[in-house]
Amino acid sequence: MGNRKTSPLSTLFLVLIFTILYLPIFFLVFYSFNSGGTMYDFEGFTLDWYKELFADTRLLIIVLNTLLIALLSALISTVIGVMGAIAIYSFKNRKTKNTLLSLNNVLIVSPDVIIGASFLILFTMAGIKLGMFSVLLSHIAFCVPIVVLMVLPKLLEMSPTLIDAAHDLGASRWDVMRKVVLPYITPGIFAGFFMALTYSLDDFAVTFFVTGNGFTTLSVEIYSLARRGIALNINALSTLLFLFTIVLVIVYYFITVRNKPTGMGVRR
Amino acid sequence: MENRVTKNLYFIPYALWIALFVIAPILLVLYYSFFNIEGALSLENYQKFFTPVYLKMTLSSFWYAFLITAITLLIAYPTALLLTKTRHKYLWLLLLIVPSWINLLLKAYAFLGIFGTYGMANSFLEVIGIGSQQILFTDFSFVFVSVYIFIPFMILPIFNALNELNPTLTDAANDLGASRLTTFWRVTLPLTLDGVKVGCQIVFIPALSLFMLTRLIAGNRVITLGTAIEQHFLVTQDWGMGSTIAVFLIIIMFLFMKLTGSRKRGI
Repeated sequence: MGNRKTSPLSTLFLVLIFTILYLPIFFLVFYSFNSGGTMYDFEGFTLDWYKELFADTRLLIIVLNTLLIALLSALISTVIGVMGAIAIYSFKNRKTKNTLLSLNNVLIVSPDVIIGASFLILFTMAGIKLGMFSVLLSHIAFCVPIVVLMVLPKLLEMSPTLIDAAHDLGASRWDVMRKVVLPYITPGIFAGFFMALTYSLDDFAVTFFVTGNGFTTLSVEIYSLARRGIALNINALSTLLFLFTIVLVIVYYFITVRNKPTGMGVRR
Repeated sequence: MENRVTKNLYFIPYALWIALFVIAPILLVLYYSFFNIEGALSLENYQKFFTPVYLKMTLSSFWYAFLITAITLLIAYPTALLLTKTRHKYLWLLLLIVPSWINLLLKAYAFLGIFGTYGMANSFLEVIGIGSQQILFTDFSFVFVSVYIFIPFMILPIFNALNELNPTLTDAANDLGASRLTTFWRVTLPLTLDGVKVGCQIVFIPALSLFMLTRLIAGNRVITLGTAIEQHFLVTQDWGMGSTIAVFLIIIMFLFMKLTGSRKRGI
């Protein structure tokens, strides 16, 4: 079984790929402590950029806005998405099911630019002022299909005899939903919520289109800062975001690991 | 009867979502594509799209997207293959995915520092004797950063496909006397082609529409279809022409999806 063991050359290749993937991130983190103010000469260690970051109330408000939008849109899109998944599941006709699924996937497959541009037209036509509300609506819109895709496999995996048994034992429709279906698909719901949260936190292109002058999210703000050039408080910010991401990954990892015993978990 | 009522009750919010945010936006883009910049109904935009300026842009956009997809695939396939052979493969996979969770703009920003005139890349070039080069704001930096960003998205579906591959098949090929290269070409690659297709879908379509990278890294030297749409919508306010380009992008997207077969997408 010679090829079961990795050769030194392939180990080197993997190390190289991992280095390239992580290098820019550690590069940002490293220079966030540079007193020199540039990303090429490391003059000395300082925490000034972090102090500056925390003194910047405007930026802190933007961070809070971003979190608020992410939480709200994840919550609302989870509710709509779960309902959608149950609706798709309950349609018996195969053709209807497939049509709904294709429509569901349109926003996942479409490039962000098109989603952004078309939502901009939509909001303008509908007379919705660009700002926090339009950003929230569009985030809900692109998070719904993700939740559906996370919940639907759980529903399909559920044995229909479970529902029949509950009915036979005299459970009402609402009881079946609350005591059988929802508990069964809970891991999928959590995964969907979590995915929606990260999609919303990360989105730039769609938000860029539908945000007005008064309202920004972190991604849009980073874009406009980066266009102006290098500023080490962006590095400080990215260090904090990196730590935050690691925490999210760990949480996500635990959610998916906990899923394992109840089934296949979420297929990525 | 009760069944139908509850079913509809669940269905209402979701159906509203589909109508408002899936169907309406597509129809609106199509509708707007028939208005010229003065707001009059015409086919002017479509005529304009078939002039050399826009055709050249479409072609170059395609070329870049193709280049980015091809290079990403060339790097991602061996990586995925090697990953499936490591001992803690899921842990390594997770570590590989972590960078894709970091905000894309921050990664692009990092490259402003790395590729800058006095940046790390240039210091390295100085050391090995090539000397300082203009790296930032070139085609090279655009392709490099795009590939960097897409690598995890390409690895994931290929890893899944390789992971599901039954190892007895490659063992059988070996037993029957196939060399490792033959085994790869005749067994492994054909059986994991679906993963490759999904990966290409995930990379190619967004590569046609990356506008923030062209602005930050390529210094507006590279114009993709995405850049053009953003330009028309947010800068020149020519929504009609922007919509027309969007219509073509949607058509290209559908053709590409058809071409690469399965609609299945891993996210």
